[in-house]
Amino acid sequence: MAELIATGQWVEIHRIVLPVGERASQIPNDTRRVPLEMRVKGFLVAPAALGTDAEIITRAGRRLRGILAAVNPAYAHTFGAPLPELSVIGDEVRALLRARGRVR
Amino acid sequence: MTDAGYNAIMAQRAEITRASVGLDYAQYTTGVLAFDYERLLADTGYDINTTRTVQASTAVGNTPLVELHNVTELVRRVARPGYGARIFVKDEAANPSGSFKDRRASLSVHEAKRRGYPGVAAATSGNYGAAVASQAAKAGLRCIIVQEAFDGRGIAQPEIAEKTRACEAYGAEVIRLSVGPELFYVFLCVLKETGYFNASLYTPYSILGIETLGYEVAVQTTERTGRVPDVVIATHAGGGNVTGTARGLRKAGATNAAVVAASVDLSGLHMASDHDFNRKSFTTGHTGFSMPFTTWPDRADVPRNAARPLRYMDGFVTLTQGEVFYMTQVLAELEGMERGPAGNTSLAAAFAIAQDLHAEQIVVVQETEHTGAGKHPLAQLNFARQMGIEVRRGDPRDSRPGHSIVIPEHPSQIAVTDIDLDEVRRLYLQRAVASLPDGTSVSDVDLQFLAADTRTSPSYVRKVTDEFRGKTG
Repeated sequence: MAELIATGQWVEIHRIVLPVGERASQIPNDTRRVPLEMRVKGFLVAPAALGTDAEIITRAGRRLRGILAAVNPAYAHTFGAPLPELSVIGDEVRALLRARGRVR
Repeated sequence: MTDAGYNAIMAQRAEITRASVGLDYAQYTTGVLAFDYERLLADTGYDINTTRTVQASTAVGNTPLVELHNVTELVRRVARPGYGARIFVKDEAANPSGSFKDRRASLSVHEAKRRGYPGVAAATSGNYGAAVASQAAKAGLRCIIVQEAFDGRGIAQPEIAEKTRACEAYGAEVIRLSVGPELFYVFLCVLKETGYFNASLYTPYSILGIETLGYEVAVQTTERTGRVPDVVIATHAGGGNVTGTARGLRKAGATNAAVVAASVDLSGLHMASDHDFNRKSFTTGHTGFSMPFTTWPDRADVPRNAARPLRYMDGFVTLTQGEVFYMTQVLAELEGMERGPAGNTSLAAAFAIAQDLHAEQIVVVQETEHTGAGKHPLAQLNFARQMGIEVRRGDPRDSRPGHSIVIPEHPSQIAVTDIDLDEVRRLYLQRAVASLPDGTSVSDVDLQFLAADTRTSPSYVRKVTDEFRGKTG
């Protein structure tokens, strides 16, 4: 049996809002081929296993149901590695300012 | 959330909007197309001084005006002798949530609180969400932000992921959606269920909140230099920034300051395309918003958009993504200011425009925004590469949105592309004619309105609309 996530855990639920076939008529074909999906975070109302139906209370105090998708999901966006295309620009423009006269 | 069905909810759009904004737009109708724009704004009761007082109560506004001495010097190295205007930037990153959007959010949240709404909601993937969440936190109101956040593969745009984090940091509920205009349906469901105030980007409150920015630009520039700005550049997406800034400049008496709208060129990328969503390295301030909103402002989430940029812009220019990334690096390394893409779009435009102005003239970039993980050029360019986009140095004219980003090799390569305003006005009027209900025609009141909305004359509007009606009829 799958492990139950405890009540009160900060989790994310996932739900299909509009399945393929029910999307708005004016959207491009590539968007029409995928469902409209929703992800919302909140505190778990009752124990539930990942991948099963679950209820949360959001930070606005709403109760929402969906498939339990993640427990305490990380903020994964970052800076990444420095880029040589950018890291030389400072020295380039400082050299132009040191040069005499117009540099065009 | 109650799943009320797409068509059922969309059919209730007008009544949900009326209840959630608390404004009866119908009373401002004066013609078939025309409405009383100035009365719609004036009836809110927020003049400049009232707005300043409200904003001061939450430390919004009154941001520093910073002269960019080293950037100006670099402009003069590539300009003709005697040319190269002084460049100033309004450091809007100093606002509580890190952008000028706090000005827009402040009046909406103030109004929501005053009228007793239990919370505020906004449909936005950008800084505005953080601004509304920040203002709501200060006011003790609940807040829900609805974002278009990830594509069909579940991949989130890094800049929007950072906004998710910021909104959650301020205690807001964030509804993250995949790509598509049906976001508006989800937003209407939320408004209907919660009874929250719709802190739309396009209400009078949102626009009046920006007037203080234009006002401060005029006053601070005059105090510092003894003259009003010759050119004020505003990064342009939905039109609010251009509209509110220009109105504020006028209210401060700076009627001769030219207002230039600047957008990142993302032509060729579709705004509702799941595939294109993560191939845009800018999430706002780009032509995907600015072109449709300039040519038809009333596509907004309220019946009448208070942002009407064609009324106010003296010029409309575009930049490439690579030029903005280049200027972002220059601003950090020459001025010690690490700032985000929104203001730096206008800064790149300023770098080009200042070269054609005399050295005693003044260009003001009217905003900066904060930067950080996700928003930063490193984040966006590393992500672009992951999405298969070529990133290289070279001539930015060789770039192609969604396929390549070309970062200039020399500052002299930074140039603006002018958008023909007459062509934009014609697109607006073509759309206006197409929107006329069957059996109706353009009255004198409508002619006056369309002339004001396009900053032309009734005779020009008559001439152009007759051309379109001739073609369609």
